[in-house]
Amino acid sequence: MEKARPLWANPLQFVFACISYAVGLGNVWRFPYLCQMYGGGSFLVPYIIMLVVEGMPLLYLELAVGQRMRQGSIGAWRTISPYLGGVGLASVVVSFFLSTYYNIINAWAFWYLFHSFQDPLPWSVCPLNSNRTGYDEECEKASSTQYFWYRKTLNISPSIQDSGGVQWEQGLCLLLAWLVVYLCILRGTESTGKVVYFTALLPYCVLIIYLVRGLTLHGATNGLAYMFTPKLEQLANPKAWINAATQIFFSLGLGFGSLIAFASYNQPSTDCQKHAIIVSLINSSTSIFASVVTFSIYGFKATFNYESCLNKVILLLTNSFDLEDGFLTASNLEQVKGYLASAFPGKYSEVLPQIRNCSLESELATAVQGTGLSFIVYTEAIKNMAASQLWSVLYFFMLLMLGIGSMLGNTAAILTPLTDSKVISSHLPKEAISGLVCLVNCVIGLVFTMEAGNYWFDIFNDYAATLPLLLIVLVEIVAVCYVFGLRRFESDLKAMTGRTLNWYWKAMWAGVSPLLIISLFVFYLSDYILTGTLQYQAWDASQGQLVTKDYPLYALAIIGLLVASSTMCIPLVALGTFIVRCLKRGDTPPVA
Amino acid sequence: MLCLLFFLVTAIHAELCQPDGENAFKVRLSIRTALGDNAYAWDTNEEYLFKAMVAFSMRKVPNRETTEISHVLVCNVTQRVSFWFVVTDPLKNHTLPAVEVQTAIRMNRNRINGAFFLNDQTLEFLKIPSTLAPPTDPSVPIWIIIFGVIFCIVIVAVMLLILSGIRQRRRMSKGPTEVDDSEDKCENTITIENGIPCDPLDTKGGHINDAFMTEDERLTPL
Repeated sequence: MEKARPLWANPLQFVFACISYAVGLGNVWRFPYLCQMYGGGSFLVPYIIMLVVEGMPLLYLELAVGQRMRQGSIGAWRTISPYLGGVGLASVVVSFFLSTYYNIINAWAFWYLFHSFQDPLPWSVCPLNSNRTGYDEECEKASSTQYFWYRKTLNISPSIQDSGGVQWEQGLCLLLAWLVVYLCILRGTESTGKVVYFTALLPYCVLIIYLVRGLTLHGATNGLAYMFTPKLEQLANPKAWINAATQIFFSLGLGFGSLIAFASYNQPSTDCQKHAIIVSLINSSTSIFASVVTFSIYGFKATFNYESCLNKVILLLTNSFDLEDGFLTASNLEQVKGYLASAFPGKYSEVLPQIRNCSLESELATAVQGTGLSFIVYTEAIKNMAASQLWSVLYFFMLLMLGIGSMLGNTAAILTPLTDSKVISSHLPKEAISGLVCLVNCVIGLVFTMEAGNYWFDIFNDYAATLPLLLIVLVEIVAVCYVFGLRRFESDLKAMTGRTLNWYWKAMWAGVSPLLIISLFVFYLSDYILTGTLQYQAWDASQGQLVTKDYPLYALAIIGLLVASSTMCIPLVALGTFIVRCLKRGDTPPVA
Repeated sequence: MLCLLFFLVTAIHAELCQPDGENAFKVRLSIRTALGDNAYAWDTNEEYLFKAMVAFSMRKVPNRETTEISHVLVCNVTQRVSFWFVVTDPLKNHTLPAVEVQTAIRMNRNRINGAFFLNDQTLEFLKIPSTLAPPTDPSVPIWIIIFGVIFCIVIVAVMLLILSGIRQRRRMSKGPTEVDDSEDKCENTITIENGIPCDPLDTKGGHINDAFMTEDERLTPL
């Protein structure tokens, strides 16, 4: 082994790489949703408990394994036990699926970013219909932001069966997204190490700017009060605890092999315990910080919609009863309604069906997560702000930084085992390997740019990583604690870093964390089995809203294939290694 | 006799201009919504201006160039402010067809709005749909321009990095003993102890267990 392993230029690059990978889109668009659904301020209790009990120990474990074995996930787990190379392979397969579908989000972010340089923003107005007397029908029924997302960006088909063709605009954006990722990973840690300074720090700059702007928006306090008012009864809801555990688990990006890959480029004497605690704390506090920003934006949007609703009612009453313009205001609305109902009962009962009940609570209670939050709800809030182009550019630039930071980790998880393998790296330089991986992912990713692409995206998002990861991490902990031996690992760590392993980590690794993961796994499985047929949300253009449909059989088969292809690696490789060893041992007589 | 004629004329006028009358249009103004504190009060002078604008619009229609302000009748003014209006012919015995009035108003909507500092939403002619402004589509969509710029920058950067990588590798393959300390940090370090290069362990024979061998442990640390 003449070639020494490339290293991070300084430990700060490693920390930034981990932060950049862990702090991703989930912090921005999943955590606020969970917070809202499971009791606002009181959700922080299960969240922090799970962070300490599950997040930090598992993160420390992965970083320690990577730093100790100094190889990518396949090599590292094969070193721990030759039968467990399948764990590493499963990680690579899951990372491959993830990088295929994750970059389409960056493509969408690019699309919105490029469209933010127009006045007015294209999602703020509906396009006109063919004879220019009104607005496009689909846009009228939905809203202009939904129309821009579903029609202009995705050009979504009514169901997953209607595939449609590849949208060339989205294809171009996807190509650009992959080129940017390739640019960042081209030279390995040398280039990645410099890029992570930007991808880790810039989102915080934007978040701070947004925090200041968000808190000064009209109605922001409504959203914040709504979010942070603790609903303590949710603490008794087991779903809150399960979702807190799941969020911590997936938010840190455990089990993909990216953390092992990053840690393998460390100096062996790096204090990974300190880094694990720092990274997990920063990840969680970013989630909370991002949800403060999100809720002030929510509050602004809800207040804006509530006031427009009130204005519509006021206009309706003013026009129907020919009242003086400006007489009806939000404050005297109820009073005047009562008066009108008593004075002109006939006419009032005619108008009554059209009067909507405007409620600030119902506007605030619309909880959205995922792409809907970023591309529909946030854009709706942004279009009503002053200087909306600037805020739009900032926001989508931040989404891009977060997405690319996570992509760096995903691709590192795939590339590190490939470049570690002597077979491949002797034939191809690492630029070519990276290029090939990016090319393959880009071509497969074109599936998500088709008209039905968003439905396939949802399939990958919901099923490609959830169950397999739980299994992978469970096997990882069991492997380190019981197959490799906790005592042996402890002494290795002490030799490597010079610090003794705290009893807390040992207790968590050996006992608490595996139990937690088993219970999460059981919960997920039972949830899937109990729900019966899996369903998805399809966009109905004629109604202008989402409808629920059942997956066709071939989609269910693909879901099964996705889950099986990664989980089956573990037993198959173990079985294969066992058979090969048996055959080898069969040639030579066994030593007593 | 004159009194009778006068009453007849006003009666006919009253009949011609009626809410939901034939060829009558309802107009609705929201002055306070549009102008806030600068709102003006709606009085008979403003009505006169309105009649003048309608007459002006009608004059632009062929065959109606002789429309006078007195031919425009306004009635049922409410507090809202809303009222009905009709346009009569010079003999004042029947109203002009709705289609002509509609076309005339639609052609000159901007002038009418401008005279009152209002827009299509605050000065409404019910039953006369306003022509919405067509979207300004530039010949090349803006997003493609920005996309092209960023795309070119990224391609150029990728090419530069790849080329510099190839050049580095060529330089290294020409002189492996030269110490290249510019970009390459740890690619090819041959450890030298006391002036004697230390060979790495022979990896050809036997089965290497990576758990027990790491590169750094070959040499006992000082």
